[in-house]
This record gives sequence, structure tokens and C-alpha cells, in this order.
Amino acid sequence: MLERTQPVASTASWTAEHRTMSADADAEKARRFREAALPHLDDVYTLARYLMRDKADADDAAQECYLRALRHFDSYRGPAFKPWLLAILRNVCKAEFTRRAAQPVPAPAEDDQADAPLWQEPQTSPETELIQHRDGETIRRLIAALPPAFREVIVLRDINNLSYRDVAEVTDVPIGTVMSRLARARAMLRAAWNVEEGAAP
Amino acid sequence: MNCSEAEVLIHALLDNELDAGHARDVEAHLAGCAECAKKLAAFRTMRQAMSEAQLKETAPLYLRERIEAALPAPALAPPAVAPRSSPLRLNRRFFAGGFAAGALVSGAVAAALVIGVFRSDDNQLIASEVVSAHLRSLQPGHLTDVETSDQHNVKPWFNGKLDVAPPVVDLTAGGFTLIGGRLDDINGETVGVVVYRRRQHVINLFVARHEGAEHAGPLKETRHGFDVRHWSEGGLDFWAVSDINAGELDEFCQKIIATLQAPARPT
Repeated sequence: MLERTQPVASTASWTAEHRTMSADADAEKARRFREAALPHLDDVYTLARYLMRDKADADDAAQECYLRALRHFDSYRGPAFKPWLLAILRNVCKAEFTRRAAQPVPAPAEDDQADAPLWQEPQTSPETELIQHRDGETIRRLIAALPPAFREVIVLRDINNLSYRDVAEVTDVPIGTVMSRLARARAMLRAAWNVEEGAAP
Repeated sequence: MNCSEAEVLIHALLDNELDAGHARDVEAHLAGCAECAKKLAAFRTMRQAMSEAQLKETAPLYLRERIEAALPAPALAPPAVAPRSSPLRLNRRFFAGGFAAGALVSGAVAAALVIGVFRSDDNQLIASEVVSAHLRSLQPGHLTDVETSDQHNVKPWFNGKLDVAPPVVDLTAGGFTLIGGRLDDINGETVGVVVYRRRQHVINLFVARHEGAEHAGPLKETRHGFDVRHWSEGGLDFWAVSDINAGELDEFCQKIIATLQAPARPT
């Protein structure tokens, strides 16, 4: 079924020994990780929602992000934890899309595809919030429709409130690229919104 | 400054990301260019609307709990190591990976060692993935692909889906109810899972092909509050995971092993 990897005998005993010795350190590490990472869950989840555009996928991506972050926590050198964590989330989402692209999936019926909303949520707000809610839904949908490279800078800058430098770190491009993408993204969003407003009754 | 430069820089101005010198340059351009000034105003309005629309999401409580449960407890010692290697590599339908093996890695060499540790300590990874897959199986709609208490329905369902035929044992008399089967993905390999229930607790029995030396006695391990048992026999690798108490899980494994070792009889 797959190739077998046999560990060197000494590896296991070294690991066991190391494990006992470092039990306290591990507990301490787990505590530090929780303190550093858990406060950013809403930011991670927000980016996951907009990148995956599906609630269950966002859940899975966020969870995988935290597990992966913990694995690499030892190599974290700072300075800012939030962009580091968001960069991991972004990689998790990209890897998932790559995996899906590589995997032949049965094509959904054309109609399903065309009608599938990019952002769906129950509309149950009280009437006073209705207009604001409707605006919120519209904007979410329009952001979700942006191409990924533009969507992510808008989400990171305008929703997660990151500085340009942090956006650059998360998306792994120079600040200049962040600036031009942000300008482009906002122009696209504004154009789409204008169309929407014009189409509204 | 021309309009195409300003088109980018008005956003930096809006976001307070310009130093004083550049800000002055942009403002000077805006003072003499109604078109760009209009754009700035429009983007300012849009940003205002975006912030009022509260676009930031709040992570649902169940997700927060799921993640917290998946992280190692800060006060507890890490689980014992299962010392043997195994070809069973179990990913669920979605992301590869699973629980952290980061605890194995010393701080100084972490980045370089992550992959090496995974490769030389497969059982750790598999135990993590098995528990991860078990947790995900508890999410609504993830537990079974074929749902039936009849072993004669579960067993043929696996046919043609796997390169092994997972034994499906009826343990109803022993107090473990067969509730179905599913395919799962552990570490990039599709494996069969036979699902049992005891009271309200689910037991997932992962079965994959085994190559190499077998070890009959189940290896015991606790991960993130879940008991894990692992053994191999008859060319198959077994991983059982559940949140029932350790004694009951041992009992479950013994019953499975005993049934499989019993002389073959017509089913």
C-alpha cells in the first residue's frame, strides 16, 4: 500500500527520553501557544470564511491552521503573531485548493454552479437592522466574488484591519504590491457595488 | 505626481500609511485634480459603509471548542510514544495533517526537523490522525457512509473500495453495537473504518493493510483525552479510538481479536 519507513532503533529511545525530560517544557509551550494563538481565532476564521467561501470548509481550515501553527510554534521568531498565524491559514487554504484542483471531481450540473450563491446566510435580522444587514450581505457577496489575490488584501486590510506591512507578510509579497492590489481590489469592489446599486429597485 | 500614481496612493492616504512627505504630495495632487479627489471621497464612503456593515466574522463556539480540544492541554504531560513503526498512514476527506507532533521537536532545531520527525515516527502521526479523524467523525453527517447494524451489509460495502477487506465483526452480544462503516483518509491513504457504539459513545476501528512484523498485543496510548489502541494481525493494521473508558476499549479490542482468531466459520 505504501513504502515502509523503519525508524532507527535509537530514535525511539531518544525520543522517549527527550519526551520525559521535556514534559514540563511541552506543557509550558502549550500554554504559551494557547495564549498567543487563541485570541486571534476570529481573525483566522474571518479570513477562512472569505477564502474558502464555505462555512464547513472554513471550520476545517481554521482548525488545521491551529494544529499546523502549533507544530511550527518552535520555529516562530516573531515579531507579530497575528500575521504569522494568518499566513499559515492562507497556506492551508491554498493547499486545499491545489489538492482539489489536482483531484478529478465529478462536475456539478451547470445550473447548480450558476445559481450557487457565493455567500449564504439566514436572513433573520430585526427590521431596524434590515437595511444595514442587506448592505452587509451585498458587500460580503461582492467581496466573495473578487479574484482571490484581491479578495485577500481587502479582507486583511479592511476587515481584519492589518497594516500594509502585515498584509505584505501574510500574502508574501512586497508592500508595493499590496498597495497596488488594494487599489485595484477597492476599485473592483466599488465598480461592482455601483452596478448593484444601479440594479436595485 | 500624476493620476495613475495618485490612484494607488490615495488608498495609502486613506489608511494613514503614508509618511508626511508623501501625504503632502498626494494632497497637493488632490487639490488640483477634481477627478482624484472625487475618487478619494467615494472610497472613503465605501470604507465607512464596510465598517458599518460589520463584515468581521465571529468564530462559532463549537469551532472554538473543537480547536481547544485539539490542542494539547497546558497542564498535562504528553502521551506515551507508540514505539513501533507501521505502514498504516491514515487524512480525512478534507485537510491532511492532524494533531501536532510539535511536542517531539526541540526548540532549537524545530524547523528543520518537522518533516524528519514525521517520517521516523509514523505511529505518532497516525495516532494523531486517527484521533483527528475520530473527532471529525463526530461532526454531524461524518460518522458513517453506510449505516447499518448488519455486518452482512457493511462487509460487502467495502468491496472494491479498498485494497483490503476489513473484517466486520458483530459484537452486539458483547455490548458493542455495530452502526456502520465509512472510508477515511489517513496520511493520504484511504482506509476502512468500522464504527461501533457503546451507550452514547462511538468507537472507530480503522483498518488498513499491514506489511512487516506484526505485534499482537494492542499498544495503548492516550491522546487529547481519547484512548487509542493499535495492533496488527493477519496482514492488517488496526487502530481503535474512542472516548469510552480505557477498560471498555480494552474489552472491545480483546473481543475483536478473539473473534478474528477464532477458527473460520461460515458467516
